[in-house]
Amino acid sequence: MSLTYLLRRSGLMIYTLVVVSLIVFGITQALPADAAVMMLGENATPDALAAIRQRLGLDQPVWMQYGRWLAGVLHGDFGLSLRTGQPVGAVMIEALSRSLLLAVLSIGLMLLVAVPLGIVAAIRRGRIADLFVSVVSYVGVSFPEFVTATLVVLVMADWLQLLPATGYVPLTEDPLRGIRHLVLPVLTVSVILVAHVSRMVRSELVDVLHTDYIRAARLKGLDERTVLFRHALRNALLPTITIVALDVGYLLGGIIVVEEIFALPGVGRQLIVAIQARDLPAIQAGALIMAATYSVVNFLADLAYAALDKRIQYA
Amino acid sequence: MPELLARLLRSPQGALGLAIVAMALLAVAVGPLVAPYAPEGLFPLNRYKAPSAAFPLGTDQYGRDILSRLLHGARATVVMAVCATALGTLAGAVVGTASAYWGGRGDEAIMRTIDAIMSVPSLLFALLIVNLLGKSSVNALIAVAIAFTPAMARISRSVALTVRKQDYINAAIARGEGAPYVVLREMLPNVVAPIVVEMTIRVSFAVMLFATLSFLGLGAQPPAPEWGLMVSEARKFMHLSAWMILWPSLAIAFVAIGFNLLGDGLRDALNPRT
Repeated sequence: MSLTYLLRRSGLMIYTLVVVSLIVFGITQALPADAAVMMLGENATPDALAAIRQRLGLDQPVWMQYGRWLAGVLHGDFGLSLRTGQPVGAVMIEALSRSLLLAVLSIGLMLLVAVPLGIVAAIRRGRIADLFVSVVSYVGVSFPEFVTATLVVLVMADWLQLLPATGYVPLTEDPLRGIRHLVLPVLTVSVILVAHVSRMVRSELVDVLHTDYIRAARLKGLDERTVLFRHALRNALLPTITIVALDVGYLLGGIIVVEEIFALPGVGRQLIVAIQARDLPAIQAGALIMAATYSVVNFLADLAYAALDKRIQYA
Repeated sequence: MPELLARLLRSPQGALGLAIVAMALLAVAVGPLVAPYAPEGLFPLNRYKAPSAAFPLGTDQYGRDILSRLLHGARATVVMAVCATALGTLAGAVVGTASAYWGGRGDEAIMRTIDAIMSVPSLLFALLIVNLLGKSSVNALIAVAIAFTPAMARISRSVALTVRKQDYINAAIARGEGAPYVVLREMLPNVVAPIVVEMTIRVSFAVMLFATLSFLGLGAQPPAPEWGLMVSEARKFMHLSAWMILWPSLAIAFVAIGFNLLGDGLRDALNPRT
């Protein structure tokens, strides 16, 4: 990986973060004709409106509001929640740690399931196993998270009474109960990822298995296992890094819904609560944190890809 | 066109997808006419009923016939999703084609900005826009359309760029054809096909996104028979009747699978080499 590439990619990420901050600020505070009325409703008293306007700096020009907000954000200050009066930043960061736990466990489970499924489908191409994997992946991508979550709760919590339907217990407090509460959310989030990634692993591996160097390896007399694991898989799995990073977008969207359904107090749930309460600073903080997480993950994935794939020389 | 249809029907995905989408469109067209009851018709003595002869899919918490609600709701869900996708595709195609036509630095700047916009997950984007516009079906439609625009712009641009480089375009220019002829007769038919494929697949996302917004209480409002909203309402009564959850869930997944399969089938039919 060259220094030029590193610098260019970093510049791109900073540009992305600036655009994202403009979008979030624009949609929440700058665009509404009157954010104060939007928050308090049509029947608010003039005094209450004036107080809110002053508190959020709505009486200043838009670019100054944005500058002040961005300066605060860069110092980790997202403002005070209109609902609780607490600093939004601290609440969101704590929520983010729970969301990340959910995300990391889901990605882990997804890799454990999706990669073997993809491999089996690729080496048994056109046979029953392949058909099975492709049916699973069609079904998986076609159930929205809220449907999967609802059905999972219906079966596992309501009918079989195996696991708790909602709630969250910190792992540090009671590891066993904590894990029991995490199983269903993690299962739900993984489904759509498994569907997507197993299909990608399959098509990458099918492509690689048709290359000349694999034929060379076979003609050299290597057994199929060595060909698959030492030669084919390494190259087939490389693009998976990028695909998983891009899937973080789906993951974040999914997390919003899944956290809401399972009452898991992560960023997604905080965001929904904030939207329902029209808590502007909290909406801004939640949206910005989620979008920033996505661009940082993709930045890191691109760097990892460039570092691992020696063939690609980015100018 | 008949040749394309034949090729589409030859692949199992295409045939199945076409069948499912045709059924969904049939429900949209004649659903309300063939539904046995009104979507808001109450039968207070028949609440939480399992499927029976009188109520083929059972009844909900107010004793409303679930089949009738699903048939009426097909419009609320499927039509909205198709409209949102079409709107987003149109906006994206304009931006993407303009960017490809511009080329150079303008193109670079537009594409980098679109990449940046795409780092806001679509559901989050849609949530923010609905928050701005207020919760309603129409606003959810606009939100989904806007959320889809950047990705469609990207696809349209790359398709337009590839087509412009083709020899038959150069040949048309070389034999002295005017710009309208080149754009309309040579470029457009080749640009439209891949975009339609992508749009078909996107409709399934739109169905899900739209249902999700309604589920979260930000799209269609009760007592509308929108499928996502039906799941959301049924959740409170899951221990009384699971049918109330199952049917609308299956309807959403069924339509999403249909558009997904049809999109993949169309892609294969248009690209015989793969």
